[in-house]
Amino acid sequence: MSTVDAFMPSGRGRDPYRLGHGHREAHHLARGHGEGGPARKRVVVAYGFWIFLLSDIVMFSAFFAAHAVLQTATAGGPTGRDLFDPMSVALETACLLVSSFTCGMSAVATGARSQLWTQFFLAVTGVLGVAFLALEAHDFAGMIAIGAGPQRSAFLSSFFALVGCHGLHVTAGLLWLGTMMAQVFVKGFRPNILRRLLCFNLFWHVLDIIWIAIFTMVYLIGEGR
Amino acid sequence: MLGKLTWGAIPWDQPIPLIAGAVVFALFFAVVVWVIVKGHLPYLWHEWITSVDHKRIGVMYVMLGLVMLFRGFIDALMIRSQQALAFHAAGYLPPEHYNQVFSAHGTIMIFFAAMPLVIGLMNFAVPLQLGVRDVAFPTLNSTSFWLTATGALLVNISLVIGEFARTGWLPYPPLSETQYSPGVGVDYYDWALLISGVGTLMTGINFVTTILKIRAPGMSYLRMSMFCWTSLAANLLIVAAFPILTATLAMLTLDRYLGFHFFTNEAGGNMMMFINLIWAWGHPEVYILVLPAFGIFSEVISTFSGKPLFGYRSMVIATMFICIVSFMVWLHHFFTMGSGGDVNAVFGIATSVIAVGTGVKVYNWLFTMYGGRIRYATPMMWSVAFIVTFIIGGMTGVLLAVPPADFMLHNSLFLVAHFHNVIIGGVVFAVMAGITYWFPKAFGFRLHEGWGKAVFWLSVVGFYAVFIPLYGAGLLGMTRRLQHYDFALWRPWVLAAGFGMIFLVGSAVAQVIQLVVSYRQRELLRDELGDPWDGRSLEWATTSPPPAFNFAVLPNVSNEEPYWEMKRGAIEAQQMSAEPDYKPIEMPHNSPTGFITAFFSTITGFALIWHIWWLVGVGLVAAYAVFVWFAWRDIEEYEIPAAEVARLDRERRAPRARWLERNAAGRPA
Repeated sequence: MSTVDAFMPSGRGRDPYRLGHGHREAHHLARGHGEGGPARKRVVVAYGFWIFLLSDIVMFSAFFAAHAVLQTATAGGPTGRDLFDPMSVALETACLLVSSFTCGMSAVATGARSQLWTQFFLAVTGVLGVAFLALEAHDFAGMIAIGAGPQRSAFLSSFFALVGCHGLHVTAGLLWLGTMMAQVFVKGFRPNILRRLLCFNLFWHVLDIIWIAIFTMVYLIGEGR
Repeated sequence: MLGKLTWGAIPWDQPIPLIAGAVVFALFFAVVVWVIVKGHLPYLWHEWITSVDHKRIGVMYVMLGLVMLFRGFIDALMIRSQQALAFHAAGYLPPEHYNQVFSAHGTIMIFFAAMPLVIGLMNFAVPLQLGVRDVAFPTLNSTSFWLTATGALLVNISLVIGEFARTGWLPYPPLSETQYSPGVGVDYYDWALLISGVGTLMTGINFVTTILKIRAPGMSYLRMSMFCWTSLAANLLIVAAFPILTATLAMLTLDRYLGFHFFTNEAGGNMMMFINLIWAWGHPEVYILVLPAFGIFSEVISTFSGKPLFGYRSMVIATMFICIVSFMVWLHHFFTMGSGGDVNAVFGIATSVIAVGTGVKVYNWLFTMYGGRIRYATPMMWSVAFIVTFIIGGMTGVLLAVPPADFMLHNSLFLVAHFHNVIIGGVVFAVMAGITYWFPKAFGFRLHEGWGKAVFWLSVVGFYAVFIPLYGAGLLGMTRRLQHYDFALWRPWVLAAGFGMIFLVGSAVAQVIQLVVSYRQRELLRDELGDPWDGRSLEWATTSPPPAFNFAVLPNVSNEEPYWEMKRGAIEAQQMSAEPDYKPIEMPHNSPTGFITAFFSTITGFALIWHIWWLVGVGLVAAYAVFVWFAWRDIEEYEIPAAEVARLDRERRAPRARWLERNAAGRPA
């Protein structure tokens, strides 16, 4: 069962793998290209959320661009090579990647309509997210303690803004995750809850994608400078 | 307890903002008292403030835009009169106040007048033209509107509590950094735009999703109206460009609040990065405003020429061409930065090339009119004036796109005249045309034609009288934003521009009279048919004003002008199509979410501006609480029973059937 398929409301018009591009039952499977009228709500919500995620990626790209411009503007202060701790970065990356996996597992559990396993995997995702944030906060605190805070140089300003912005997104994601767990617990797998779980999954995976870009652009390239 | 906020924040020694603020507050207070005493509050709350109906939200956007247009116009009056007086003299506005006035003028006109007006018209017309019942995310739409209102409110609060930015409408660093702008002015600017920018971004997401995913059956991409196409392009630009504005202002805010060094003079900051980033948003923003304007003119010119739009497909291609190329010209805003001849040449050529797309459009409009049976109603007059005015503005733009010429004209009044030429001649004329065109659809009666024409002539004459002299002053080397000057050669041009403002004041007065007269004569101006202009697109297929659900049955679309075809079919057959099988309709519930979110955003924004940290915490916690509370709701929609749908649709059909009988000869009106 595919991840997206897990969020189909059970009982009506399931179309594994075609994602709404089918030709039977034009009304249910409208693809929004005009033939069948308005697309279904699940398609509309997921599509709108994708557009939001794209805009979020554009916002990050502005911070990435700023970091690329300012990466060498250390103003005589410490460089990435002096500051970054590869072990800690590796652990953070591991936490996030595994949390993406467990988030996917929660989607499988949602597909099976299992309250218990959905909650379990969402909780594991949350714990890994908290662990990531704790490691990041520890790194930040260590840097600030040795006088390498964002006020030290433009390089560090852009570093703290970019990585911190991702951290803020993870924090917001954790708040959302907690809210979703409560909603799934109280309301069950209603169609609107399923749509929100789908959006949450998309959000969490996109945070991973952005982290991979941070890992490459900030840490790998930064270590090399 | 109150951060930086003290009694000293209110400018007791400056009579102008104090009196203006007192008058506005008194008016506002009087309106609120009147609403409460007359018992209109429940009506306002249930029918407007909490409404998630795209038509109501559109009307509120336009009202906000008109009020802010008025505020921005008063700033413009102050700028022109100050310059008219300040020859070898100090004038009546001290520099620190004058700088706030021109900064507020630009900020308000772009973000809180032009944007709400354009977005309001999109809100009103796009779902109707798509033949559907609402936008993709109705509650989000309401939230977008109220967040925009929050931004407008914060900018206006700065009039009496504290100060506004003195940095121009784009706060270039290092001037906007704490070192040179220690007051709260830039903070007002930052937070007002960050908050309203979120609202605009959500509008973009909402409309891209609506246009791409929610259309009437049979409406393929190449059957959408031109206004829907240009709205799609504008909203794609919003989604791609507004996050850059948010990021850039966030960086400036971090510099100012936490001592970061993105754009500072010291510690490796790079202020040219701000200029690049802000214009990477800023140039697409120009097209976010003017593309929907092009769409409005396309609708109006086609309708009032009685012909389909000439070159529909080339118009679509030109729109999407502009949409993409608008991201590749930003550097022409600062040719003088010193990036070298090669880079300047690339951007100069790209800028000239983007004019080709607009050129295609101009020819399409002209050929639409050619051979048509043209009716010069007010919207059509605005459109014709637009074509002439915009060509002049476009040509001065192409002139500025040549880097060597730009080195001469950069930052001069020639530039000021150019962008007013395209924004007033493009966006404002379009908004005036659009409001006149869709007003009967929104309210059920037309606007008074005679007063509409008075507004038109006063505006057009006033526009030329003000801005053609500014071209002259700019060519003579007068730079923008001068608080006073002592160069005699500029004097006559500046006086002429000041004199021209009298016409624009007249047009503003005529506009108010038009609204009052139209309201008083509404029975005479009633639009019973729902099709006052012999229209061609789907919004004219429903009643004026439309029911909450827009269409009892979603129309079937088989070509580019679905309503025209429907109408021709009915006239040829001499009867309406058979009554459809009415079904109950599910509509989204009203929701106060948007209003409450904006309420807490206003408090949070104000607290951030004045460093009242505990209040920031309260605002953020409240925002999260609203989010959870809204997500917890169980009932999202209500059902309109089939009988009610049938009753409303029969009310729509009856006058149309009568019209068919009366016009049995079969010629449309």
